[in-house]
Amino acid sequence: MGKLSNKRKAYIMMMKALMAISVAITCLLAIFLIGYVLAKGLPNVSWEIISTSPSYLTEHIGILPDILNTLYIILATLLVVLPLGVGAAVYLTEYARNQKLVGMIEYAAETLSGIPSIIYGLVGMLFFCQFLNMKTSLIAGAMTLVIMNLPTVMRTTQESLKTVPQSYREGAFGLGAGKWRVIRTVVLPECVDGVVTGCILSVGRILGESAALLFTAGFAHTLNNVWDGLTSSGATLTVALYVYAKEQGEFEVAFAIAAILMLLTLVINFLADFSGWYFKRRKSK
Amino acid sequence: MKNKANTLETVVHGIFLILGLITVGAVLLISIYLIVSGLPAIKEIGLWNFLFGGEWAPSKSDPQFGILPFILTSIYGTAGAILIGTPIGFFTSVYLAKMAPKKMKQIVSSAVSLLAGIPSVVYGLVGMLVLVPAIRKIFQLPDGASLLAAIIVLSIMVLPSIIKVSLTALEAVPKEYEEGSFALGSTPVETYFKISVPAAKSGIATAIVLGVGRAIGEAMAVVMVSGNVANMPSLFESVRFLTTAVSSEMSYTATGSLHQQALFSIALVLFLFIMLINATLNFFLKKKKES
Repeated sequence: MGKLSNKRKAYIMMMKALMAISVAITCLLAIFLIGYVLAKGLPNVSWEIISTSPSYLTEHIGILPDILNTLYIILATLLVVLPLGVGAAVYLTEYARNQKLVGMIEYAAETLSGIPSIIYGLVGMLFFCQFLNMKTSLIAGAMTLVIMNLPTVMRTTQESLKTVPQSYREGAFGLGAGKWRVIRTVVLPECVDGVVTGCILSVGRILGESAALLFTAGFAHTLNNVWDGLTSSGATLTVALYVYAKEQGEFEVAFAIAAILMLLTLVINFLADFSGWYFKRRKSK
Repeated sequence: MKNKANTLETVVHGIFLILGLITVGAVLLISIYLIVSGLPAIKEIGLWNFLFGGEWAPSKSDPQFGILPFILTSIYGTAGAILIGTPIGFFTSVYLAKMAPKKMKQIVSSAVSLLAGIPSVVYGLVGMLVLVPAIRKIFQLPDGASLLAAIIVLSIMVLPSIIKVSLTALEAVPKEYEEGSFALGSTPVETYFKISVPAAKSGIATAIVLGVGRAIGEAMAVVMVSGNVANMPSLFESVRFLTTAVSSEMSYTATGSLHQQALFSIALVLFLFIMLINATLNFFLKKKKES
């Protein structure tokens, strides 16, 4: 490399400095957020708080109902969104021949993933709670989340279906299998990775969701079993955090929940990375 | 036997077709519900008074339903967040895509994924207890809950979308472009900023538009740090966004009242903004495909 003019040197130095500053800001933000939330929250996470329900009489706060509500809503959402999302992806990659229709479905999925959660909350309230008469309940919240997460599951499944070699299908067809049989026995088992990734991403999104649940699932803290839980109103962890911090000023509990959510976020990110790595390795074998 | 198999295939095909059309149905459902429930209030208040009225006072004896403060706050807040978030996200993604050693890239990428995964209420909580008091102290205000606090929180929240999408675009730039530039005597930094970045410009534009969508739609983090008073937007004053106007008053309104219908109308306006952003997004995506 020849001698660089001072102007070019200055340009390079400046760009390098800007990159260093930006990367530093990004990383420091992440480190600060984890550190701050865990430091303020973990000391408040005790067995007592996660194993009891709140009582107005003794002014005790426990988050067991919120933990269970979160679990119920995750299960209910996944149970519905997985078949729907996988089915939609199978239709797009295996059946659809009409390019216009494919374009329309993909455009709709894209639109869905751009709609803010507060709008999902409103429409969920109007459609599931009022029109379908589900009332304010976890199941209404779960159905709202199904629509929100549908594009995610559909996209991840579609991505992995695209990597199934065409020759697998042709081989099965050549042996005389019908289309449905080929999908069931050859195509679907190959797209497990997409489904798993979709699952992980959806769980992350459900854990973090609050605006869509406020008016659909409500914010009760009653301890319920699965069935009663699904049909009655209940706050998930994020909604509980919001209520405790914003409406009641109970910051210790809020930070305890935030710390739990932060740990779960870390776990989910790890699982997403790990599954990506695992399936990549398995596929390349 | 053959017939039976055919029927099965047709039925299965039909089922998959229905599953495929669910997304389309959902979009239609959302649009129709928003339009049907949003229009009555606009009709009653008058489109002009609704969109450009400066006062929101639904419980006054002479109720006012002007949402201009919310619209402007949402626009200013989003613009501010993009103004701060874009440069940081842009330089980070160039570094990650082109310069970072493998280990470093892994670490920074996980930091970015973490930022993307943190629930918005956690951002709100930290903003409430760290940012708001800090702003109050630094600028000597009676209350730190302000548009500025919301802008800062939003700029952090849009970072991951901007970084991830620009990163993908920058990584897709053909190696030959860069090699050509090296051969002509450019240094790596010059090449990346003067060759790779322009080549990836529609991808980067997509990233910014996605960030706009995320910022304008965020409700929970913003409601916790912005003070939530229906003022005209001003950096150091308590403000209310389109999203937070809906979320903060929905639970207090009576079903069927003009007040509640007006909230649906606000949601409709927000939805139109999102549709506009989607159209822009598609414009850039199409451009990317062509180039």
